[in-house]
Amino acid sequence: MTGDVSDWYRHDRMPHIFCTGCGNGTVINCTLNAVNEMGWDIDNTIFVSGIGCSSRSPGYIVTDSLHTTHGRALAFATGVKMAKPEFNVVVFTGDGDLSAIGGNHFIHACRRNINMTVVCMNNMIYGMTGGQGSPCTPVGAISTTTPYGAREPVFDLAELAVAAGANYSARWTSYHVKELTKAIKTGMETTGLSFIEAMTQCPTSFGRRNKQRKVTDMIDHMRTHSILLSKKRRMEESGEKVPDDLFTVGEFVRRYRPALGVVEE
Amino acid sequence: MSRIEFMQGNIACAEGALAAGCSFFGGYPITPSTEIAEHMAKKLPKLGRTFIQMEDEIASISAIIGASWTGARAMTATSGPGFSLMMENLGYAIMTETPCVIVNIQRGGPSTGQPTMSAQGDMMQCRFGSHGDISIIALTPSSVQEMYELTVKAFNLADRFRCPVFVMSDETIGHMRERITIPDEVEITQRKPLLKGRLPFEPEDDMIPGFPVFGEGHRVHVTGLTHDMRGYPDTTNHETHATLVKRLVNKIESKKYEIADYDLVNPEAEVVFVTYGPATRTVRQLMKNRSDLKIGHLNLRMVWPFPEKLLYEFENAKAFIVPEMNLGQISREVERHTDVRVVSVPKIGGEIHTTEELLKAMEDFI
Repeated sequence: MTGDVSDWYRHDRMPHIFCTGCGNGTVINCTLNAVNEMGWDIDNTIFVSGIGCSSRSPGYIVTDSLHTTHGRALAFATGVKMAKPEFNVVVFTGDGDLSAIGGNHFIHACRRNINMTVVCMNNMIYGMTGGQGSPCTPVGAISTTTPYGAREPVFDLAELAVAAGANYSARWTSYHVKELTKAIKTGMETTGLSFIEAMTQCPTSFGRRNKQRKVTDMIDHMRTHSILLSKKRRMEESGEKVPDDLFTVGEFVRRYRPALGVVEE
Repeated sequence: MSRIEFMQGNIACAEGALAAGCSFFGGYPITPSTEIAEHMAKKLPKLGRTFIQMEDEIASISAIIGASWTGARAMTATSGPGFSLMMENLGYAIMTETPCVIVNIQRGGPSTGQPTMSAQGDMMQCRFGSHGDISIIALTPSSVQEMYELTVKAFNLADRFRCPVFVMSDETIGHMRERITIPDEVEITQRKPLLKGRLPFEPEDDMIPGFPVFGEGHRVHVTGLTHDMRGYPDTTNHETHATLVKRLVNKIESKKYEIADYDLVNPEAEVVFVTYGPATRTVRQLMKNRSDLKIGHLNLRMVWPFPEKLLYEFENAKAFIVPEMNLGQISREVERHTDVRVVSVPKIGGEIHTTEELLKAMEDFI
């Protein structure tokens, strides 16, 4: 299902700044494969991002793009899309960018159900700033600001998007390349706000401090600790205990509520 | 032909924006600026343009910057607390050279202060509130008519200089109702397009790059990071940073006398009032009441960039008297540029200066 996406890359900006083993490249590739399959025109597609590792992604893509301020990507993207609904707008964001400083913009973009695609690279840490805890840092995980283990419960971003009103919400990981690509494409096909959470490995800032120093350790952890949403629901219905350390992947919602930023016929 | 109406200042601001071709308004309600958003909410959809009420002021300025990159003439309106929230993205608009208009109908501060009362307490915030070295254009109307005209001008200057432009008004002018002449048409300065073969942040002779509208095939990367002329991040090169930031400041500062907007009355006078906004009206009333006194007056319709050379036009000046609705923000700027004595006449609490107060300030010099 992968095609040639090299046309979408800004070759004169390589090499990129992502660390060795970072999952962001995988997510960018999945997104560009989805974009390619959608048959979108480069000059009619806009990438928007905030601040953080994930938010450097638009800089490597050859379309018009906005690399904005920390947490505000969705508000900038809302301006772009509302001013010009003909554009295909894709937002790259990270867990800290989207759910901490940008939490309010996130829920309101979902509520407005603006017709754009949001891809969140959730590496459970502030990677660019050097490994501080985020609202998605798992309980017990070590970061530079949670030296004794994170104590706050994490945000379930995919569920949050459903509750706030997005028409499409899904979660996969950088291990699930095919599923992730398909989810992003389905999101792009679904009118309204589509939210795709991509769990990604950050060996440099997260893995190093949490006994997952090797990239393969982190990817293997995502593979063995993810459970398909439908399977989890089946287990719950049959009274079977779902282990606490699993996280759900799959499609959380696909619906057709009225959306903003849709080209009027 | 033009038409004459009786109109509120805030409505005149919205009408000026509509006449100037504002096609995108993103805002968040805040007293005493709300009538601008309300009027835009009523008018813009009927014209096939976009109004959106954002979740806060940070989102509002974000949205107008995003809209501006699609080629829209974009605007937001707010007051002190919302204005403070916008400061980070104001810097982003400056760094990325994004034209947009920000209206601040000032109220009493600090903090929530006096929502329904007038003030001019944000004059230094608009100049220095955002981080880093910046230059800013700020227009200051003193009548409903000027609210209309300066809003149009704000859009033109924003497009010409590729920068955010402020209309720094206040509750007094925003809520004042008076007679206004509305022209059938207003002059509109077009944004300079990016020519083929030029880079998106490559300055032309006037230090301003052509604007690469999204969707036209320029494939531009816009970032608030220090960037080269291609728009690519280049954050650790001191020369790139210094060259870029100096240009952003100088593209405005070098044209300040060309764009300065003011009235200069009685340049031979010994006592000179320097005003902007409501105090301008009080000085004019005083000059009418006391035609026996020779009163000089420099009324600034554009406070930033500050046109200091205009002070030197008053060759016989013994004193510059600066009445303002704060504790002396612009009087300090006047002081910085002259050896002549500067008398600040601060007034806070929400009421405008009276002619008696100004006369009293003059007493030592007549």
